[in-house]
Amino acid sequence: MVNLERRQVLKTGGALGLWGVFASLGLMPSFAHAEWNKTLFSAKSMNEALDLIGAVLPENSGDIQLNVPEIAENGAVVPISVSSTLPNATQIMVFVDKNPNVLAANFNLPAGTETFVTTRVKMGQTATVIVLVKADGKLYRAAKEVKVTQGGCGG
Amino acid sequence: MGSPMKIRAAVKDGITEVKVLMGHAMETGLRKDADGALVPAWFITEVLAKHQDKVVLDAQFGTAVSKDPYLAFRFKGGVKGEKVSVTWLDNKGDTRSDEVEITEKV
Repeated sequence: MVNLERRQVLKTGGALGLWGVFASLGLMPSFAHAEWNKTLFSAKSMNEALDLIGAVLPENSGDIQLNVPEIAENGAVVPISVSSTLPNATQIMVFVDKNPNVLAANFNLPAGTETFVTTRVKMGQTATVIVLVKADGKLYRAAKEVKVTQGGCGG
Repeated sequence: MGSPMKIRAAVKDGITEVKVLMGHAMETGLRKDADGALVPAWFITEVLAKHQDKVVLDAQFGTAVSKDPYLAFRFKGGVKGEKVSVTWLDNKGDTRSDEVEITEKV
């Protein structure tokens, strides 16, 4: 329950009220897992993100398959699919190196979950999608450039 | 409480594939409205998927995940009729859970 209490403290404004009601009714969603890492999700560059992770950019690995379009006509919806044959993979991180916040998503894979994830991300401009896979405690990389003809973060 | 998610969970050869479509604005906080005012950030930060009571995916999103997030993943096991649930939480503290029964993929 420590996590839940901390989470409550982290909530702000009106959300606090509703969250408190949930907690008192025992309806708290069971989010006793990895906390949302605000600092890491606010990293402005790959170097900053890697510093926060405490890692250097790993070598490209042929054991990660990264499927992204070569050209994205609409940067607001760029499909990304990652899979890997690396044994004992526990985590997949998806970065877009030119986005204002470089980390797009993080996936923690419990034992029994395949090293496979598909999602869609926004890209403000032509950039490199970098995927880091943690397997047996070690980081591996795959990266591909996506040419964006119309940015997905504009107003 | 957000709009209902569309979830499909189908098992084939001992692997269950889950596809989820969440309804969410996913505002980055960097976009300006017609009057030039910044639209505040409003996005899903965490997604937790369970098969019965076991966590099968624990994800965190940043602002770069597209509007109405799509997510697909696979886990070992799963039997027709068992439940897969997905819960998301956003940066305003809103949350939503939906669940489906696993079907057999033909």
